[in-house]
This record gives sequence, structure tokens and C-alpha cells, in this order.
Amino acid sequence: MIKDEEKPKVALADPSRSDGMQRYLASHAREIPPSGIRRFFDLVSASKDKDIITLGVGEPDFVTPWRVRDAAVYSLEKGKTQYSPNAGMLELREAIGQYLYNQFNLTYDPGKEMVVTVGGSEGIDLALRALIEPGDEILVPEPCYISYSPITSLSGGVAVGIETFAEDQFKLTPESLRAAITPKSKILVLCYPSNPTGAIMTYEEMLPIAKIVEEHDLIVISDEIYAELTFNGKHASFASLPGMKDRTILVSGFSKAFAMTGWRMGYACGHPDLISAMLKIHQYTIMCAPTMGQVAALEALTKGGLEEKDRMMESYNQRRRLVVQGFRDMGLECHEPQGAFYAFPSIRSTGLTSEQFAEKLLLEGKVAAVPGHVFGKGGEGFLRCCYATSVAQLTEAMERIHLFLRSLE
Amino acid sequence: MNELKLSILDLLKEDARLSAATIATMLGAAEEEVSAAIAEMEQDHVIVKYATVVNWSKVDDEKVTALIEVECTPERGRGFENIAERIYLYPEVKSVYLMSGAFDLLVEIEGKNLKEVASFVSNKLSTIESVISTKTFFILKKYKQDGIIFEEFEDDHRLLVSP
Ligand SMILES: Cc1ncc(COP(=O)(O)O)c(C=O)c1O
Repeated sequence: MIKDEEKPKVALADPSRSDGMQRYLASHAREIPPSGIRRFFDLVSASKDKDIITLGVGEPDFVTPWRVRDAAVYSLEKGKTQYSPNAGMLELREAIGQYLYNQFNLTYDPGKEMVVTVGGSEGIDLALRALIEPGDEILVPEPCYISYSPITSLSGGVAVGIETFAEDQFKLTPESLRAAITPKSKILVLCYPSNPTGAIMTYEEMLPIAKIVEEHDLIVISDEIYAELTFNGKHASFASLPGMKDRTILVSGFSKAFAMTGWRMGYACGHPDLISAMLKIHQYTIMCAPTMGQVAALEALTKGGLEEKDRMMESYNQRRRLVVQGFRDMGLECHEPQGAFYAFPSIRSTGLTSEQFAEKLLLEGKVAAVPGHVFGKGGEGFLRCCYATSVAQLTEAMERIHLFLRSLE
Repeated sequence: MNELKLSILDLLKEDARLSAATIATMLGAAEEEVSAAIAEMEQDHVIVKYATVVNWSKVDDEKVTALIEVECTPERGRGFENIAERIYLYPEVKSVYLMSGAFDLLVEIEGKNLKEVASFVSNKLSTIESVISTKTFFILKKYKQDGIIFEEFEDDHRLLVSP
């Protein structure tokens, strides 16, 4: 005989109740604000206009280099379809270690200081979850990539945006960092080269930041997913600054530099104590990154993949110059993005908000670009335009934006 | 060749219609410098021609292309130069290469139909004195030519907007 209170609560799941199933949701999940990018995506998708040129993407226009795809296909043919070790194939971790040393002069032990993740996204998640306790404050220079703040909230942390400005080329200044620090500050998230601004920080510019990090005993999560897309000179990794290696969790991946977004391959590196905690979470939630993706990533780090990467970088650089010049020629202020594949022109002179501008541009000008306000503080008044699109499309898009601007006058 | 010229060639071989101004912006160089470099390369026959790559299989009056391996006797002092010239002067000959290996010249011929190509081989090519033998291979389908893939891909699979 089942007692009444033990019976399954069928009635509660009645979908005709006006609040549907909402009340089952944990408050931290319910309270994540809907992403502004998602709203804009729906708007663009709803328009069904085949003629729209999109500068709204966040990924390369190249397909993954054929050698890389071929290596994965071959591994499937050979039946490599099993789990890999939790931290990822040792061969791949060794290759990543060698790559980071060659490219950025970083030394990480593939055995204890590295975990292969499902995209840089998982690396960000693992790092934040491993570090945040309820009430901790996470410092996030903005405008920035949209995932840091929601993941912080999921762990009960508080994301504190630090506004950066076009006048400073959207770099984090020591003064504004100092001003944002409280006794609760625990983590500083850095993302240079930056999505959405294309800003970078040089070694010298990061030195005073490192000093403050040390002074206030902060941990840095450095999202360097766009490291390879640095156009004037070489990328400086925050972990390569004196005393910063132990205080930094480096998050990166293959999506951008190797045109491998759909593979979901990334990695995180850091102090063994931090990585082993992240690895525990990874082990219970993910087990391991996809094996065929790991095989592909390993191929990407060999000669063929690296040459293709350099060729792609050169092509982004050419298109970067083209769009920046294009925006300036049509009278929009546009700081020079030194990395990633975004231009971030100001549309303030039009008197419209970035949301109004982006919507009107979409409907009247038939160009999609992401309004800056979705990237947090300091994004209002700007437009994120991804230039990873063919020269012909870019040229056409620039002409359309120019015409659209004239129609506003 | 200097780096600027190489970069210009890289861009032009993908799109010969790029203007000097656009190329200059893309390479971060001065427009005059780019124009001068292009003029120089045209003069030096580094840039031989600005031509269009056509997928003839999409055009109604289709053409037939054949590759012909030609074995021939070189001439004292002149090697294969004279005979190559005698072959490449025919307008139906698209390309002529001197090859290493089992034969000497590789000749690409284009004609309206099989008969036309066959008659060129038997009447013109084989009758040249120093030609010893020919082997003709008709091209059935072109997949890729000069680095350009003819197959049409659905080109952009990306989401219209992503983070
Ligand atoms: C700054 C930044 N970090 C991380 C990611 C996540 O990349 P993935 O998970 O594909 O490695 C992105 C993707 O857009 C990004 O722009």
C-alpha cells in the first residue's frame, strides 16, 4: 500500500497550470538572464531574407584544414572510437605543451598541469566552478565575451564588470582595476585579444596589472582563445609574466586559430592544484573530450595544420585592414583592433542606441552585426562586426552600411 | 622577388579584379607602391594575363580536352625548343610542358569534339618529323584546375549570429 505522500506528484506537472514547469527550476538557473545575442539571433533568423550579409558570426569562414579533417576520418576508419584518459590523450597534451612553448614561451607539464576540454567554453566553466565560492567577486573587464558572468552566477559568485573605453583601445587600465577591487575580489578574468573589441594587451601593459594581481592575491583566468590572431607583433600570454604562472589559469582552444569551432576542442593549463580540481569536475561531468576531436587537434598542431593556420591569419589581417579603413572612410570612429576577427566601430554619431542601429541596419540595410550593449559595460554605442567573411561580401557589406548611414542623415 | 610583390600575386591569383587601392589597404601598403609593383610585374611578364577561369562543362557548346604524352627526338643544340614551338603555335594547343620520365612533352589540346582532337593528333602532331609516338588521354571531368575546385559547395554553414 503506497501512502498518499509517497505517490508520484502527477498533478503538479499539470501543464495547464499557468506557471507551467517553471517552479521546478532552481533559482540560479531561472535567474540567468536571456542572452542578448540570442535575441538578436532570433531577429535575424526570423527575417528569412536571403539577401542579408552577416557580420554577426563569431567563427572563422574557413573550413577546418583538410589534413585535419582527414586525420579524424582516418581515425574513425581505424576504429578509434573509445574514451580517452580524462585529461585527454597524452600525445595531444604533449603536443599542446610543445606548441605553447614554441608560440608563447610557456612551459606546462602535460602530466599535471593540463586538461583537454570540450572547447574553451568548458575550460572557462571548469575554472570558474573550481574557484568560486558564494559571494566571491569576479572582476571582468567589459565589453567582453558573454559567458563569464552567467557561469559566475551559477556558482553564486558576483561578476563585477570593469568598463573599458575606446580611448584606451579597450585595454584594462591599472587605475580602473584598482578601483573595482574589494575585499571580496577573488578572480580577474582577462580576455585578450578580445571578443568583441579586438583589443590586445602587450607584455608591458600587463606588467602593472600583474603587480595589482599579486598585491591583492587574485587568481587570473586568462581566456586566450584568440592568441594566434594577434596582428602587430606576437601575443603575450599573461602566464608568461614574472610570478604569474601559478596565479593564472590559461584557457584556450582550437576553435578560432584552426577553424575548428564545431569540433569543440579546447584546453586549460595551470598550477597542478588548480588543474586537478578542475579535472575532478571534468571527470564527473564530461569524462573526456571527444576522441576524434582530439585526433584532429593533434593533427592541427603538426606542420600541415600550422602552415594553414598562418595562411588563415594573414588573410584575416588583410580583411581587418579593409574593414577598419572602410568604417573610417564612411565617417565612423573605429579603433584599430589588433587581434581576434572583430572590428568594433562606434555608431554614437548617428544618435541611435546600438540596439536601434543594429535592428535598423538589419531591416533596411540588410547587414547583420551584433549591437555592442550585449557585451556588457562600455559596449553601448558600438557594433561588433566580424570580418571573417569573403572580401566580396565584406566589400558589399561596407557599401550597404555606407548607404544606410547616408539614409539616416 | 620582394615580399610586397608576392603578397600582391597571392591576392590577384584569387581575384584578378581587386583594385590597386583595395590591395593596398589589405596589405597596409601605399597605393602608388602597389600600382608600381603591378606595372613592373606586367612589364616583366611575371603577370602574363588577367584571365577568367571558366567551367566549360556549364556552357552549352562544350569542349573536349585531351592530354597527350609525346615522345620525340631532341635536336642537337636546340633540345626540345623547336619542336615545342612547332606544337604550341597551334591555337588548339592549351599548354605544353617538358616532362621528366617516360615521355618528353605533355600537350593539352582543346577541341569541339573527339573527332577534332583525334584529327589534330593524327594529322598535325604525329606528322611532325621528330615525334616518335603519342598517347592521347581524354579528360572526362574537371574537378579542380589551377587550385580552383569546380564542384559547388554550399559555401557557408555558419549560424547567422553567434557569440
Ligand atoms: C573569448 C571567447 N572565449 C571562448 C570562446 C569559446 O570557444 P570554444 O568553446 O569554441 O573553444 C569564444 C567563442 O566565441 C570566445 O569568443
